[in-house]
Amino acid sequence: MTAQARSGPIRTVGSWLGQVFGKIWNVIVSLFDVFFAMLQQRLGIERMPYVFVLPNLLIFGIFILFPMLLNFFYSFTGGIEFFPADRTWVGTANFEQLLDCQSFLDPNTCHEDLFWRSIFNTIGYVVAQVSLMVVFSMITALALNRKIRGRAFFRSVYFYPVLLSPIVVALIWKWILQENGLLNGIITGLGGEKMPFMVDASWARFWVVMISVWAFMGFYTLILLAGLQAIPSDVYEAADMDGANNWQTFWKITLPLLMPNMMVVLVLSLIRAVQVFDLVFAFTGGGPGSATRFIVQFIYDNGFSSPVRRYGIAASASLLMAGTLVILTLIQLRFNREEA
Amino acid sequence: MGEVVSFLTRTRGRGRLDVTDIITYTYLVLGTFIMFGPVLWLVLSSFKSSGEIVNFPPRLLPYRQETMEVEGYDEPLPLYDVTLEDGSTAQLAQVRRIGLESQLVDPANPEEIIKVNIEDRQPVESVSFALDNYIEGIESFNFWTYLRNSVVVTITATILTLLFNSMAAFALAKYHFKGRDAIFLIMISTLMVPVSVVLVPVFLVINGVGWNNNLLGVIVPGAATPTGIFLLRQYMLTIPDELLDSARIDGASEWRIYTQVILPLSKPALAVLAIFSVMWRWNDFLWPLIVLSRSELFTLQIGLNSFQGELNIQWHLILAMTVLTLLPITLVFAFLQRNITTGIATSGMK
Repeated sequence: MTAQARSGPIRTVGSWLGQVFGKIWNVIVSLFDVFFAMLQQRLGIERMPYVFVLPNLLIFGIFILFPMLLNFFYSFTGGIEFFPADRTWVGTANFEQLLDCQSFLDPNTCHEDLFWRSIFNTIGYVVAQVSLMVVFSMITALALNRKIRGRAFFRSVYFYPVLLSPIVVALIWKWILQENGLLNGIITGLGGEKMPFMVDASWARFWVVMISVWAFMGFYTLILLAGLQAIPSDVYEAADMDGANNWQTFWKITLPLLMPNMMVVLVLSLIRAVQVFDLVFAFTGGGPGSATRFIVQFIYDNGFSSPVRRYGIAASASLLMAGTLVILTLIQLRFNREEA
Repeated sequence: MGEVVSFLTRTRGRGRLDVTDIITYTYLVLGTFIMFGPVLWLVLSSFKSSGEIVNFPPRLLPYRQETMEVEGYDEPLPLYDVTLEDGSTAQLAQVRRIGLESQLVDPANPEEIIKVNIEDRQPVESVSFALDNYIEGIESFNFWTYLRNSVVVTITATILTLLFNSMAAFALAKYHFKGRDAIFLIMISTLMVPVSVVLVPVFLVINGVGWNNNLLGVIVPGAATPTGIFLLRQYMLTIPDELLDSARIDGASEWRIYTQVILPLSKPALAVLAIFSVMWRWNDFLWPLIVLSRSELFTLQIGLNSFQGELNIQWHLILAMTVLTLLPITLVFAFLQRNITTGIATSGMK
């Protein structure tokens, strides 16, 4: 199917839709214009920008900033009451409870063993996922940067999973990895034994990482690819003339020049990996046992799905996690400054 | 190691195919199987009958047993290739099965019943992409309700996002006013701390506003996206101020300037944001999960999640519904992939 063959009827429909929407749009604009012109006369030009930021600022303040502040209040109050007015002040008791461990390295000695288990799970996941993500998206970007046939096709294929929703990704892989699924079919076809992919804790952890890499890799590949394409070719030619081998060219030219994009990939994937929730929630539900239970799920469970809702604990855990994220971001800013 | 790097870094012409090209193609083709294979497998599986789908090992294509109308029987009967006692084979229709014995009839001669061991018969099958799973799934899954909710959320949220974000971006890009930098900084800094970390108070606020179990609770909060404002503002900064000034001299109000100068000139950035917004909203999981608990308000994503949580997983229906859920976004991608990939590459957002 060529682009021209496709665009014919679609362009007609598109232009027709465009006209209809254009008409509607004009009517709406004119109606609003009366209102805004009055407003402008009342307030004067210099106050108009506040009018323009107002809708956004309201939504932002009510649904993002205010909850963030409220989160502090929740984390310093206890009990199972949901409404702030009914809650009792407990000071730092929630934090003490979360941090109450005989040994921080052994979740079993902690008062909140699930919290610590989810922290260790998250750390393991983040380390494995981010490093695999960087390596694979780098290799893929380098491969896609070569002059090859079908580059646009390959780029789309690698990017496609990024568009799928977490629940869709989870279901696709559950279907492949289930006991009688495709992968076990291939393994037994090759003469192997069925593997307990979804039942065994280590396998579940492994697949959670692999599926995340599968689902998000295309996004980071694109960022790296954009960086690679921005490197001017005369830099390579100069290196070639100086007799640099490929190994040297990669380490001394490609990688340093790609560093800004590399940093973006590293930090974005790091921040998103720490927040991992929906994909894993739909894929394993945190199991088997608590093998793939991560921090955000700990927060979600305490706030929304456990029989006894411990809002204070959930909010305190959020705060600890938000603190970690802020520190990670600051480290990145520091790195960036040193780069510059 | 040097070999590996030479394959990774060199870009060669089309002239001759050398080792590094072969490695590249192998990697990319293998990757294509891994990246796209699972989706293809999902689509193929979704056409399999509920009986076929539990077979192990699974077969690649969906097969269905052929049936035939036989005189004297109300229902069409399944066809089998049967090895008869004398060693000859025939295609017969099965009437019933009792234990290890199968009772069949010859369609040409429906009076006479032939009894054989079930080991001696093989079903007659053909590849068939039947829509049974889709039809049954749509009925038992409340598909139309979920679809309507998803469409309503996606469209209204995208319109609101475009409107509110472009208004704010316009103010932040084209005016000097007190608190401008503070507002911009606060909006951008919340990129660091996303909603998933403040679930509990967000839920409280939604409750307080009265939007619990209301689609508005999913639509409105996400309309103020810091990424959207950032993208639009960066784009609007490139629009020359002289255009605005000359419009003002012509007596245009600030609102007119916004709608008739700024918006038309920002179309490329607005298009990118629109595509992203559709993607975000269609795939949104966390917000609807905490805001909506009544199933008639579920979006497709949440519906699918509760469908898979039911005790008795009916894979044949789930797979069909999963295909329907990913179909719209796949079509959008097929038509707009160039805009999407370049949009992400230039803005670094998802």
